[in-house]
Amino acid sequence: MNRIYLGLAIIPALVLAACGGDGEEEDPEDTEVFGTDDGEATELTYWTFQQLHIDLFESAVDRWNEENPDDQVTLVAEVFPYDQMHNNLRLALQSGEGAPDIADIEISEFGTFLEGEPQFESMNEYVEPIFDDAVEERFEIYAQDGEYYGTPYHIGATVMYYNTEIMDEAGVDIDSIETWDDYVEAGQQVVNNTDSMMATVETEDDFGYWAMVSQQGSDFFDENGDLTLDNGINISTLQFLQDMVYEHEIAEPAPGGEHHAEEFYGYMNDGGAASVLMPMWYMGRFTDYMEDLEGKIEIRPMPTWEEGGNRTAGMGGTGTVVTNQTENPELAKGLMSEAKISEEANIALWTDLGFDPPRYSVWDSEEVLEDNQFYQFFGDDIFDLLAELTDEVEALNVTPDTASVANELNTNVFNEAIRNEGDPERALNDAAEAVRSGATD
Amino acid sequence: MEKTTEIKTKQDRLYTKPSLWSKIKTSKRIAPYVFVSPFIISFLVLFLYPMIQAFIMSFQSILPGQVTFVGLSNYERLLTPNFYTALQNTTIYVILTVIILVVIPLILATFLNSRLLKFRNLFRASLFLPALTSVIVAGVIFRMIFAESDAAVANATLEFFGFEPLEWRYGSVTAMFLMVTLASWRWMGVNVLYFLAALQNVSEELYEAADIDGATAIQKFFYVTLPSLKPVIIFVSTISIINGFRMFEESFVFWETSSPGNIGLTIVGYIYQEGISQNDLGFGAAIGVVLLLIIFIITILQLKFVGAFKDD
Repeated sequence: MNRIYLGLAIIPALVLAACGGDGEEEDPEDTEVFGTDDGEATELTYWTFQQLHIDLFESAVDRWNEENPDDQVTLVAEVFPYDQMHNNLRLALQSGEGAPDIADIEISEFGTFLEGEPQFESMNEYVEPIFDDAVEERFEIYAQDGEYYGTPYHIGATVMYYNTEIMDEAGVDIDSIETWDDYVEAGQQVVNNTDSMMATVETEDDFGYWAMVSQQGSDFFDENGDLTLDNGINISTLQFLQDMVYEHEIAEPAPGGEHHAEEFYGYMNDGGAASVLMPMWYMGRFTDYMEDLEGKIEIRPMPTWEEGGNRTAGMGGTGTVVTNQTENPELAKGLMSEAKISEEANIALWTDLGFDPPRYSVWDSEEVLEDNQFYQFFGDDIFDLLAELTDEVEALNVTPDTASVANELNTNVFNEAIRNEGDPERALNDAAEAVRSGATD
Repeated sequence: MEKTTEIKTKQDRLYTKPSLWSKIKTSKRIAPYVFVSPFIISFLVLFLYPMIQAFIMSFQSILPGQVTFVGLSNYERLLTPNFYTALQNTTIYVILTVIILVVIPLILATFLNSRLLKFRNLFRASLFLPALTSVIVAGVIFRMIFAESDAAVANATLEFFGFEPLEWRYGSVTAMFLMVTLASWRWMGVNVLYFLAALQNVSEELYEAADIDGATAIQKFFYVTLPSLKPVIIFVSTISIINGFRMFEESFVFWETSSPGNIGLTIVGYIYQEGISQNDLGFGAAIGVVLLLIIFIITILQLKFVGAFKDD
């Protein structure tokens, strides 16, 4: 009888093994088709993980088809969940089939896509001519050996968003906050005079920490791609975040672990914190998810570490690429240029998405200065501020191990230093050790 | 006369020269292979080939356009703190789920098998229901129940009884509790079903004999029911061990790919993280090979220990 049951034991185990991927959706969350559909047009596909991004391609396809009557395109835009999109793309590029013509790749994932032979078309012919007119550092992120593969969505200038209602209640003039010391002092006033915290520290995402590190000219890797995760500046910056929470008691871990969590949107919307440090592109999250704050939020530069120090850092960023599996490389590159590099595209980046566009020349254009929801929400001096800050954006060094660093930060380091009040130096040393030991030579 | 010979030759053709195809069709030696071929082919294509391929990959560095053999380098890199964390989490999870998913379903099944219990069928059906639910959907509900806020069901209950609310998803003990609870909730009904089926095969005569000998209900459970259920207990614990070691979803639904302090990291989660998310397929394959060995050894040891290889 035992034998029979043993045999039985294997069947469900095999069946279950075969169904290992259950619950994982293979279909995109959303599919939209843009452009003409008369059979003459060439069909291109575009993968993204961010629903907002496809708006940009919709207008680009219209412009392209108007200007190129003999070269019509139809674009199938597919939106997948973040991990699924990156993993599917990685496997498609690895196996040599199944990749789309155009795809978005998030900055911390980008490094792993440059390992081996990059499976992307070089965009140099479109990118290089505009360098005089754009923040070049944001293109460098997606380049390797002189080939520019990706195009950015924004400068990602990191700024401080202040809730003026809470600041007024606390009696703080936000224009008087120039250094991080001023910021801590103001924070104490906020905590003492109101029910709100001054700040939140992300424990499952690294935008805030990376920005503060980059602001001081440091990074997780140096220009040669060597790991600098546990250098002095990075340790003292993490110590500073920890002190804000435990010594000065002006900050707490972000609800939901990150500034993109539903829990955080609700908390911030209810006046949970008086300020939040995020890049310019975070404006859209306010207008979409924190509507009660309309008219209450003002944007200021990051506090500096020393007088005359950088007041911002370029943060985040998704690069759009043309894969080498496209059957129409010239067409795909042309369309991507129309959607990401052209002046019209840079205007749309601001008017549709509220992103700070990488090309300077559009900043004072009529379309950009026209009143829109972002000016209504945050006041009308956004581009004056951006113009002031743009020279202070440092390049980021992205390597194949950037994903591994991000993983260590978001699982071990922040949890240890911010949630458990552990030693920042040890947390970063351990993380650096883990990245090094897991790294391929 | 001529006519008969013609018929005869026709018959010769019919009976003495069967085509090759009809030979194969009627052969008693080939037929069995035809019947088992679907299993053999799917085994070769879906199990053996990927297994061998994964074994080869574990000695390679795999990048687009650059696949190179790197010897044992992937295995040398394996002994990272994260691997130990994954192994530890998974082992604790396996031990807890095996205990819970054998003992509780066994007791429940005994109750459900009793004629004294009313609404038996209703209970059976409702216990089985979670197994039909998508783990992703169940996970979303579990996340809401165990959310950080004081208003969430779990914390509200704790507060009602005068306890402090917990940050369920951030502590290692509560994290394990969440994963084990989700798995137990999901598989309880299936295991109850296995035990129920087996209980119905236990001969009534054994119980009657025990009654005559004056055995109590407890004694009957330990001396009649339990020994009769031994094969099913082995079966259920074996699949629980295998499923425990290859657990992924129960952790994924709470933290997706990264959990604070890696409290939710499992071995399969580590394969996913390293092999796919960090584009290190060779390393992922090496972890997979080690996992395969671990499951193989533990299952063999367990089966040997309970005497499953001995003939009855």
